Amino acid sequence: MLELKNIYKYYNPGTVNEMCLFKDFNLTVKDGEFLSVVGSNGSGKTSMLNIICGSISIESGNIILDGKDITNAKEFRRNEKIGRVYQNPALGTCPSMTILENMSLADNKGKKFGLGRGVNKQRIEYYRELLRPLNLGLEDKMHVKVGSLSGGQRQAMALLMSTMTPIEFLILDEHTAALDPKTAEIIMELTDKIVKEKKLTTIMVTHNLRYAVEYGNRLLMMHQGESVIDCAGEEKAAMNIDDILEKFNEISIECGN
Amino acid sequence: MDFFITIIEQGLIYGILALGVYITYKILDFPDLTTDGSFPLGAAVTAALITRGVNPYLTLPIAFAAGALAGVCTGLIHVKGRVRDLLSGIIMMTALWTINLRIAGTSNVPLFSKETIFKNDFLAGLFPDAMGSYSTLIVIVILALLTKVVLDFYMKSKSGFLLRAVGDNEKLVTALAKDQGNVKILGLAIANGLVALSGCIFCQEERVFEISMGTGAVVIGLASVIIGTSLFRNLTFMKATTSVVIGSVLYKACTAVAMKNFEPQDMKLITAVLFLIVLLISMERKKKVKINA
Repeated sequence: MLELKNIYKYYNPGTVNEMCLFKDFNLTVKDGEFLSVVGSNGSGKTSMLNIICGSISIESGNIILDGKDITNAKEFRRNEKIGRVYQNPALGTCPSMTILENMSLADNKGKKFGLGRGVNKQRIEYYRELLRPLNLGLEDKMHVKVGSLSGGQRQAMALLMSTMTPIEFLILDEHTAALDPKTAEIIMELTDKIVKEKKLTTIMVTHNLRYAVEYGNRLLMMHQGESVIDCAGEEKAAMNIDDILEKFNEISIECGN
Repeated sequence: MDFFITIIEQGLIYGILALGVYITYKILDFPDLTTDGSFPLGAAVTAALITRGVNPYLTLPIAFAAGALAGVCTGLIHVKGRVRDLLSGIIMMTALWTINLRIAGTSNVPLFSKETIFKNDFLAGLFPDAMGSYSTLIVIVILALLTKVVLDFYMKSKSGFLLRAVGDNEKLVTALAKDQGNVKILGLAIANGLVALSGCIFCQEERVFEISMGTGAVVIGLASVIIGTSLFRNLTFMKATTSVVIGSVLYKACTAVAMKNFEPQDMKLITAVLFLIVLLISMERKKKVKINA
């Protein structure tokens, strides 16, 4: 279970550009939940993910993961339990290393990076098995550098790599936004499959309202650092795109656009 | 013949330096100017040890360790102090000038009458007199080859993978729950250790320590790396480390040929001009594939 308690976050504190994003923000994500987060630009979706992962600091408040306070834990320490896929496919892989080397790196997460051989030959077949269901032909390109793959292929790899070792939390930061519609669909189906198979607690930020409605068992809509829609279970199942759009328009009118 | 042997000898010694520069420049993407200080650091440590009668072979690991320490300092300044990469190197390079003088005692330490890794009773017994003139070359070839093979092995290890990843994509290293700062420090330590090792061998081959011997070391290293990696770009079977060492020999050959027509004081100018030429030639070919080289 992940809890965000009384989070306060200011940008540019102490300057004329000071901006308060989160003011007493609270969120609880239960184990096994697949939370889709939507909202306009600047509503605090990505900031929320960065706060959870420790990429940005907060002014006050607590972040509690499985009962442990991780508010002051360094980003790399938190990643022991968290896997993250970024919007930019280049951030999830190493371009100058081969597919096999990338998979080996990911496979070793949580273990010691010592002087043992980087590639375990006995695992190659296992990596191939992981790549085969993608139907992207990556299993036959094990010695090709990842830098020469397309964005969709890289994002598929990034997703596989971040969920390869046992993690508890999966953070998806608009991970289909940079992909063409067809590839996005493939990646989204793959995501759903992995999340269900591994029973991962997931937070997915997306601008695609259809994905937000179709996938996941809880939906959160954010606006100016607050959640304006938060529904789960049957209420979420009954939601459709029009409901969300209506709320979107409502907010926009309030803002004067 | 002697001319060629000298080129190969010095090319291979600088090849070890180039391997260090290869780690910082190509793998870590870190323009490390510590090199100009850690090269004479290795030599200073060696000179100080040899004049005190220490076994010359022991100077090799000690020089490596000293260089690694310098690299760790640069890394700490950059990672923990959040000083820009270029400035961290400049700070260490400047500091090392004094440190090198302190270690060596004076700005010039001759080692002519001392035992070195190239001239000692053990080697004299090993090689018959007829091969005596090649013994230096043989020792250097062994050392350069050994360094290259060990580095190749390291690059294939898990730790080596992490090192390659950190220059490529820092975020991935963080995602693997590893502190990317520590990996960078490790990389700088290995790189500067190799540079100091090269300085150690160089000063024993030249039989003298000179405080200014490091000036331009980073240029020589960079030129070797760029010549090696761009010349053998299309030969996929050749390891990058091999290309870098060959690049170093080629670069040394270029400077040696150029020097034949000039005075010794023109050395640095030729070094710089040749580096510029190498850069311009390699850029022309890079344009097609990669702009941010």
